Amino acid sequence: MKKHITLAFLIFFIPVFLWLFLLIILPQIDLFFMSLKVENDVGDMVWSFNNYNEFFQEKIYWLTFLRTALYSILVTFLTFVVTFPIAFYITKIISPKYKGFLTILLLMPFWVSELVRVYGWMILLRESGVINYYLMQFGLIDKPIQMLYNDVSMIMGLVYTSMLFMIVPLISALDGMDDSYIEAALDLGASKFVIFFKIIIPYAAPGIVSGSIVVFMLTLGNYLTPNLLGGKNSLWFTEQIYNQFIASFNWNQGAAFGFLLLILSSLIIWIGLKISKQNLSKALS
Amino acid sequence: MQNVLDIRNLKKKFEDHQAVNGVNFQVEEGKFFSILGPSGCGKTTLLRMIAGFLEPSSGNILINNKEMVGISPNKRPVNLVFQNLALFPMMNVQENVAFGLKRQNVDKKEIEKRVKSMLERVHLEDYLNHNVQELSGGQKQRVAIARSLVLSPSILLLDEPLGALDLKLREEMKIELKKLQNEIGTTFIYITHDQSEALVMSDKVAVMNKGQLEQIDTPQNLYANPKTSFVAGFVGETNKFQAFKENEESVITKEGIKFLSIFIDKDIKKDCTLFVRPEAIALFPKDNEKDMNYFDLKVKTILFDGSNTKILATFLENNHEIMVSLPQNREFAHIQKNDVVKAGVHIEDCKCYKA
Repeated sequence: MKKHITLAFLIFFIPVFLWLFLLIILPQIDLFFMSLKVENDVGDMVWSFNNYNEFFQEKIYWLTFLRTALYSILVTFLTFVVTFPIAFYITKIISPKYKGFLTILLLMPFWVSELVRVYGWMILLRESGVINYYLMQFGLIDKPIQMLYNDVSMIMGLVYTSMLFMIVPLISALDGMDDSYIEAALDLGASKFVIFFKIIIPYAAPGIVSGSIVVFMLTLGNYLTPNLLGGKNSLWFTEQIYNQFIASFNWNQGAAFGFLLLILSSLIIWIGLKISKQNLSKALS
Repeated sequence: MQNVLDIRNLKKKFEDHQAVNGVNFQVEEGKFFSILGPSGCGKTTLLRMIAGFLEPSSGNILINNKEMVGISPNKRPVNLVFQNLALFPMMNVQENVAFGLKRQNVDKKEIEKRVKSMLERVHLEDYLNHNVQELSGGQKQRVAIARSLVLSPSILLLDEPLGALDLKLREEMKIELKKLQNEIGTTFIYITHDQSEALVMSDKVAVMNKGQLEQIDTPQNLYANPKTSFVAGFVGETNKFQAFKENEESVITKEGIKFLSIFIDKDIKKDCTLFVRPEAIALFPKDNEKDMNYFDLKVKTILFDGSNTKILATFLENNHEIMVSLPQNREFAHIQKNDVVKAGVHIEDCKCYKA
């Protein structure tokens, strides 16, 4: 019997282990060592912290870094603000028979790849795009406005791309909430404002946190959307990494940036969990 | 005594059915008032209208002589103990009980004092910092009641709060609730489908059926003098027979047994329903008394239930079943299955209602 358990355990464990080890841990270790090496004057690789020093000395690098972090937090917050009313509406307000249908409607855009969806936005927003065309037709503007390649369109695109990952945990968190909690709070004299902040938000906190973690990480590491909707002005940190690896062919510098991004996202998530008094395994379960 | 609650011609219509259909009643201050009815009779709808979660289609709800229709639940001087209790899972016992007081901007020290004294009342003073999920069913119950009572509402509404408890605990909570209500003196309005809860605890019981109140009376009166056939059949155990009126003081059941009986509904033409309580039937009665019905019964089985033991018997002439209470004082211990026993019931205990 014991042998059976061991065998079954191995069958399930080995693929997970191999996946984690070969595809995540091993390359990360390699990148880590790479990030600690620089080419000296004669072209040999030597140990050094120079790659990290470079980051702190070059203003553009850490400004981009900071900007990416702050914008990712903003995107996470906006995604929550946009999706919460939708999740609340689907779970608490409409009749349960439309719930499945509406949820599917929400998921449907995500059957299309991110690239295609972002191009969709570009078709709408670009100078010769749909919105500009109709604004001109109705005489609201004389010449097309460039709506792409600015922070607003980039943030909007990022929120749009992230919505699904926020709304699914929110729906499941709110779904589990008995309506009688809201009624009981109302009965005890609470205003709508108090009910929202003292009952609904604390109850949905695990869902909010898990959605926020996923959205934050995906946004921070997103390359496609900032690049396409923000253009060259996007100054997203993933672009710096890409530039180092592909454009400058400086893998060592790129690896160092990659590690800084990893540390940043871990740090912000850790702070977020501390502030919201949640714990990671509970939030993600 | 002043009426704390006055319900006038209250109606509630949902899309396709009339849940509450013209209800009128008053509740005196400090009373334990129950609304008893089968599931789906509209009692929860009625309660939710009093609490303010539903707007009536028509009629008035007056609390302390103030019209409540149109006032939102958080502004009404009533509090509701929910069927599932609805204790906030993210708060501990102290925070749950303090929730309502905080909303009234009561001073922090004062909140602490009142929460503590309320929890002492329900014997939970040692559980102040416990998470509500750690409590037992009975303790949760008491937290829910404390959470509402700490606000000193004019009326405490209770929506079948004992439904989820097991039998033993339910019996204990019944007595505890009654005691608590006596001590505090708040008006309780208690909704239940369990007649024993209603009869044990209440000063007055309103029996509800199909959206209307059938009778409002003391538990004793409700049991002894039911006014309608529904009340007679619903409150307490009873034997029910379909019968025909023979003359002004007797009926013949469908099976052909004659009962001397009294008619509660005066306008019975022919068809009627006869109710006889199991404990009204005497075994081996004195012979030849006036106004007594006599019959021979064959014992089919003895349904032992301690002090509530009954025998299920059939009439000797036909196979129609009748339930008879069997006092547990050894006098009848000799009765066995298939024995034939003589039984009698007084005319006053055979009540006829419209079919």
